[in-house]
Amino acid sequence: MRNRNCRFAQFTALATLLAAAALAHATTMPMGYDDARHLLVRTGFGPTDAEVRTLAAMPRRDAVARLLRDTRTTPVTPPPASVLDAGPLRPPGRDTPDAERKAFLQEQIRNGLYLRAWWVQEMLATPSPLTERMTLFWHNHFVSSQQKVRIARLMYGQNAMLRANALGNFGALLHAAAKDPAMLVYLDSAQNRKGQPNENFAREVMELFTLGEGRYTEQDIKDAARAFTGWSLNRETGEYLFRPGIHDFGYKTVLGRSGNFDGDAVLDILLAQPATAEFVTTKLWREFVSPDPDPREIRRIAQAFRNSGYDIKVALRELLLSDAFWTHENRGTLVKSPVEFVVGTLRQLEIQPSSGLPFAVLSAGMGQNLFAPPNVKGWPGGNAWIDANTLLARKQFVDRLARADENPLQMTAVAMSPGNESDAKARAQRLAREADRGVRNLHFDAGTWLAARQGSTPGEREHAAQALLLALPPQAPPVPGDDALGFVRATLQDPVYQLK
Amino acid sequence: MNRRSFLRSAAALPLVQAFGAATAWSFGNVQVACAAGPAGANYSRVLILVELKGGNDGLNTLVPYTDPAYYALRPKLAIKRDDVVQLSDRAGLHPSLEPLAALWRERQLAVLQGVGYPDPNLSHFRSIEIWDTASKSAEYLQDGWLTRAFAAQPTPRAFAADGVIIGSGDLGPLAGGGTRAIALANTEQFLRRAKLAQPVPISGNAALAHVQKVEADIVQAAAHLDARLRFRTEFPSGNFGSAVHTACQVIANPSGVAVVRVTLSGFDTHTNQAGTQARLLKEFADGLVALKSALVELDKWNDTVVLTYAEFGRRPKENVSSGTDHGTANVHFALGGRVAGGLYGGAPDIARLSGDGNPNYALDFRGAYATVLDRWWGVDSRDALGGRYAPIPFLKA
Repeated sequence: MRNRNCRFAQFTALATLLAAAALAHATTMPMGYDDARHLLVRTGFGPTDAEVRTLAAMPRRDAVARLLRDTRTTPVTPPPASVLDAGPLRPPGRDTPDAERKAFLQEQIRNGLYLRAWWVQEMLATPSPLTERMTLFWHNHFVSSQQKVRIARLMYGQNAMLRANALGNFGALLHAAAKDPAMLVYLDSAQNRKGQPNENFAREVMELFTLGEGRYTEQDIKDAARAFTGWSLNRETGEYLFRPGIHDFGYKTVLGRSGNFDGDAVLDILLAQPATAEFVTTKLWREFVSPDPDPREIRRIAQAFRNSGYDIKVALRELLLSDAFWTHENRGTLVKSPVEFVVGTLRQLEIQPSSGLPFAVLSAGMGQNLFAPPNVKGWPGGNAWIDANTLLARKQFVDRLARADENPLQMTAVAMSPGNESDAKARAQRLAREADRGVRNLHFDAGTWLAARQGSTPGEREHAAQALLLALPPQAPPVPGDDALGFVRATLQDPVYQLK
Repeated sequence: MNRRSFLRSAAALPLVQAFGAATAWSFGNVQVACAAGPAGANYSRVLILVELKGGNDGLNTLVPYTDPAYYALRPKLAIKRDDVVQLSDRAGLHPSLEPLAALWRERQLAVLQGVGYPDPNLSHFRSIEIWDTASKSAEYLQDGWLTRAFAAQPTPRAFAADGVIIGSGDLGPLAGGGTRAIALANTEQFLRRAKLAQPVPISGNAALAHVQKVEADIVQAAAHLDARLRFRTEFPSGNFGSAVHTACQVIANPSGVAVVRVTLSGFDTHTNQAGTQARLLKEFADGLVALKSALVELDKWNDTVVLTYAEFGRRPKENVSSGTDHGTANVHFALGGRVAGGLYGGAPDIARLSGDGNPNYALDFRGAYATVLDRWWGVDSRDALGGRYAPIPFLKA
């Protein structure tokens, strides 16, 4: 017995020592190239070599603190003028001539394309990639799609709202998202009226935005829907509008609490549930840490998140400083999303395109059409990003890039226009063709790029290139003696390049 | 021998039924699929799944045109008695489905009424998961029902793939480990790009293994698919018509494929349903007519069964926005050369709805799956469905 206690004490001492050492490591030791790359690739869009080296000199804890300190709440790229213009906010009614209605919808589709191009530009240009990653994360959480909302200006408004709150407070974000005009249209809140409730928003706010499936009853949804009646939008200004005339002021029971709740009260009831913090933390874990959330860690981090009053930075700091984030077993276990893949490739190869449009179109072809997630649950992500169709779209994109050197006289400019086809399929096909041509016309000089890697021999430079581009050792090592182009092409075609 | 002349000569031969026996045969030097997998599965017969995504409104698809309760529940959305395509003295199809009337007369269209499951879930995502995994309402399964069926009873190795998913990212009933499922948008593009795929040994973490497996599946499928085949059938323009065209190209591949899934989206009609549903059902009907015509060309119509599915139906009472909200039991279709046409199940009793305004189901959807597994492929359905479900007898004996 004594012996066992003694051994246990030794074990505890050792564990404490190791933990202290790890802490000291995180606090004082420069983390080095691989750790810096890991942190940047997981929180941004594929870092350049220079960005990795800057961060490599910092201890983990400082690097995470800096990452969370320097976050923007507004874009650096000016949004397209067309989405700021005060135009009509309501699709023309059925009494409008067909041609006029079509013209209006065409205009919105064009504006939507400009909007996608602008967001890709912002992801390429931003000094705060984490802001854009979190904006994208919330876009995939508080989903709305232009396919239903139609009006590009409302989609832009939602994007700005998500960015402003991206690393702020989750409670404030939830309230803002619930009253967001694009959301009011997307989940039919504007159709929800006393006596004739539309349950769409009430169901999704519980299932997808806060609690998660199965943590509420159908009756909770019915009563919550009544609380949200009257939440509408002013189609003249495009702003949220409460219409008391169609609000149900009656008594409701939601999750065991009863009262004359309005929508805000219901949202607060949802925020008070521990399940909400755990649900959001689990989703953040899958985004930043690994595909397999650790239930004990989720509880710990969710608790801290809730105790902070839902400060998103608190949740992120805990996740980014967790052992699970840094352990080598979890490196290269997440699949890059199409937008991360496309934007990250351009950033890492240091290609600066003149327009974001071809890359927004390419990313759509890989399964991620910005501003148009497939349904209210968003893109499922993870391994589901990769199927035969999307993997080939990715491989073709990097193949075209690597071949760009074969046409060195082509210019970087890519001429694309949203066009004015009336047939959506024809437009999609033309855009895809032009995007493909656009990539072939980009200028990428593999020799120059490879020569700029760190190292005094070609072998060292190739090794440095792999250390930048790949999260794990290559599966299909490049053929020895291949030229720079062949080497880069093989690295980008490696299955590991799909991972982060 | 090129593909076209091969198909003509194959079409000229009497139909070979390889039920319950492993068979391989060849024409000249063209090796044709081992038509059967091990232990008697007959995977030379194809299943085409058509997903009506969003939850098609069954009550306006098969209209109880003599029922006053129907007209009372749907003051704005009801289909007029004179507009339905009459199937019986009580039920008629939505006017957009008129192109299917010929199939009905030929008794190759089965209409499955009141398809659902106990304790229905009204979330799109959860309910389609229940359909895709054939789980019980409160049971969470990872693998699709076809994934489990193919795991228990593999398709022949020489098949181009177990299944091909056309025009949709989610693998639905083929989700989960193990299946050889190919997602593609169109055959030409797939084959052009497939040259970039290189098989490497599968190893490493789950994400890496997944990428490697997809790459290996691409290589295998690309070796068998051919986009040069020309059909006399004209396929409708639009996404669904293209998907049907692609499905026919896939089924034409001589090495075999067990299942093809096509998707028609946009049925989540909470607002202004009438125009949307009419357009979608027309696309659906025109697509199916072209599908039949092309499969007859390939001499595959008798070896194909088409089955529709969706996460749920819609609530009988229309909502204030001239739309319908999420419901439960729904109407579905099975069609093919060996389908025994007619009405199955029972029309939902809309005079007696449950507390949330939805009808009870008459047919369990797993019964339709059991028909496919037990009677179409000759595969024991018990493992794939986690129990014994009575097949719905929509196939000819």
